[in-house]
Amino acid sequence: MTTHLHIDWTSCDGRGLCTELLPGVLDRDDWGYPLARGKSGRERTDVPLRDADREAAHEAVRLCPKLALSLWDGEKPEPGRRRPGQ
Amino acid sequence: MSYANDTYPQVPLHAAKEGKGQEPRLLAAGPDAGWGQHLDTFGPWDPRSAETGLLEQLTEAGLTGRGGAAFETWRKATAAAGSGRKGMFTARPVVIANGAEGEPLSFKDRTLLAHAPHLVIDGLAALSAALGGASMYVYAPAAGLPRVEQAVGERPRSKRIRMVQAPETFISGESSAVVNMIANGNAVPTDQRRRLSESGLNGRPTLVVNVETLAQVALIARFGAPWFRQAGTATDPGTRLVSVSGPAPARDVVLEVPGGAQLPAVLREAGMDPAALSAVLVGGYHGRWVRPAGHALSPVGPPDRTARPGAGVIHALDLQACGIQATARIVSYLADQSARQCGPCMFGLPAMASVLNRIAGGEINHRLAAELDRLGKLVSGRGACRHPEGTTGLVSSALEVFAADFRAHLLGYCTGPGGAAA
Repeated sequence: MTTHLHIDWTSCDGRGLCTELLPGVLDRDDWGYPLARGKSGRERTDVPLRDADREAAHEAVRLCPKLALSLWDGEKPEPGRRRPGQ
Repeated sequence: MSYANDTYPQVPLHAAKEGKGQEPRLLAAGPDAGWGQHLDTFGPWDPRSAETGLLEQLTEAGLTGRGGAAFETWRKATAAAGSGRKGMFTARPVVIANGAEGEPLSFKDRTLLAHAPHLVIDGLAALSAALGGASMYVYAPAAGLPRVEQAVGERPRSKRIRMVQAPETFISGESSAVVNMIANGNAVPTDQRRRLSESGLNGRPTLVVNVETLAQVALIARFGAPWFRQAGTATDPGTRLVSVSGPAPARDVVLEVPGGAQLPAVLREAGMDPAALSAVLVGGYHGRWVRPAGHALSPVGPPDRTARPGAGVIHALDLQACGIQATARIVSYLADQSARQCGPCMFGLPAMASVLNRIAGGEINHRLAAELDRLGKLVSGRGACRHPEGTTGLVSSALEVFAADFRAHLLGYCTGPGGAAA
């Protein structure tokens, strides 16, 4: 089981608190939004965490002013099969 | 009759004749088919017969969604069926016929709804029965709903089907946007920790299915999986509708083609000469540009020999047109169609459009192509829906297929007419 940090992009405002708490996991993009380091595809929305980062991730979930973060346990990110026009 | 698409140009129906091409299946009942023609063509059928065995038939048939993502229909339906039975309470599932056709170059779904609404309703009733009597919805643009309502009225003993009008936006047909529109009147995608098949409309297991997929379900329920697999290939069984458009004098046409159809053959069937085309957009604005030779239309297969048909959009560009300008216009549109909910999409897509328009407009700056590539990689995978990566995919294919044009633009000239860089 891997813990994943889920980013709800519809709520995220790019305040940047999570990127300060998890500097090894999250970078900031051109506009200040969190960018998972070294990840591609849906692992940028459901970011797999190492055990060492779990405590800081809990803190980020608790402190996110936009309530945009959550944690879930599972084997892999939910399949990103959805696309507009579907 | 009065249901003609007032706001849309009429699209001629294509019926394969003279033994070439695919025999029509979905549109076999002919233009404007009412209940009588429907029964004459396809025979009587009782939705209750789909209560058992339909999901197994769909598995055997290998039907994939015809709305864009090509997800296996049986897998989606089975997930919704399983979720309904879990837990202390059994929530009644929901099946939604999705006729929102946000792709500006797609017109096959509205054509199907206008000419074969009964087949779509049969498929909806079949899936509803297979899910133990799921609630039924039809979600379609204003121009498509009256014909469906009329068709429901023609049918004896029809169960209740609710009609919901889809707005004419690009993302209105994205499955979470569909559910959001029906629940809250707001057709924009929602964040999804849980799948719609587990928790969709009002927390109920929800199946959002493209209208053409439903019509295919209706045929499989009647004639079986082995019949379905008689058309197409082992990896892409059955047929699909495609909306084909291109340079004049070619007219917009809906064709029914077998799975794995060769792109040049489809273009010729639509009245175009592949040799007179520079590139073809396959799969719509979230699809990709390919050269008009050597690709088969299939959701599976190597990218150098197959192009994913997505929602069935095929749009040809003539030899004189500038692919960069065409792509820049599309990306500007896609940026404008962002729901502006997710930061990377809200800021990233206009940034991509801006860079592409600078290249299209003739700015001589060698960093622009690399910047376009960087922005595409930056936004991918970061949104509630796949609008960012769909847009990135289109831009990457343009960088590849129009590589020579990009070099020309960045040297200060354009091979197309009327280009600012010309």
